Amino acid sequence: MSQTITPAAIRKTLTIRATPEKAFKVFTAGIDRWWPKSHTIGKAPLAEVVIEPRIGGRWYGRDVEGGEDEWGDVLAWEPPGRLVLAWRINAKWVCDPAVRTEVELRFTDLGDGTCRVDFEHRDLANLGEGAEAAVVSMDGGWGTILGLFQAVAEA
Amino acid sequence: MANARAFAALADPTRREVFERLADGPRAVGELAQGLPVSRPAVSQHLKVLKEAGLVIDRPEGARRVYQIDPKGLGQMRAWLDRFWDAALEAFKAEAEKPDEDEETPA
Repeated sequence: MSQTITPAAIRKTLTIRATPEKAFKVFTAGIDRWWPKSHTIGKAPLAEVVIEPRIGGRWYGRDVEGGEDEWGDVLAWEPPGRLVLAWRINAKWVCDPAVRTEVELRFTDLGDGTCRVDFEHRDLANLGEGAEAAVVSMDGGWGTILGLFQAVAEA
Repeated sequence: MANARAFAALADPTRREVFERLADGPRAVGELAQGLPVSRPAVSQHLKVLKEAGLVIDRPEGARRVYQIDPKGLGQMRAWLDRFWDAALEAFKAEAEKPDEDEETPA
């Protein structure tokens, strides 16, 4: 039970040539267009990724057979400036409501149709023991396809 | 480096399946092979690769050998997530910067 390692939050900052309104919209309503679909916690391939647009809204994947895999939920819904999602996928790569890590995005208007996105994934220690297993498991599924996906997204 | 090897080791779908079965708990080769469309020696070979990549460890248990995911803690996990988000956010950026197709935006 004891936590001997407390990993620092992951932080990223990117500048996007889009308004905060559009960036927020693409991240949420448009998540299905860019989120990598190669890996799923369900058995069947992932067909769709959804973030329901409200506090408490579900964040889930739907597979091609209609099954749904819960990933987390919306903790803060403040378009176009801020979004906080709970990432509740545990070390065994299944959704566990008891797990709470947070993914936060802040969208800041820089003018000229660009915005800065400050990203943070925090409370990683809450993923618990054996978390690395979940990570490498995801790695094979997602990492491989990300390159392909990116190529498509940028085409 | 370790991550790169793990990445390569999991590129094979069957090997990934073997690995993901271990996510449910330690298993012997025979148990892992059940329901997989490959022979037991093939599963053993996959396990060997996974072991060399530092993804699984094994231990003797009576006459058989039991495999489990190598538990290493959160540092590697963070490294992985860090890389994952780099790629995911890059894909997000690319999508967000695409010209609108289905909506009108004032110039």
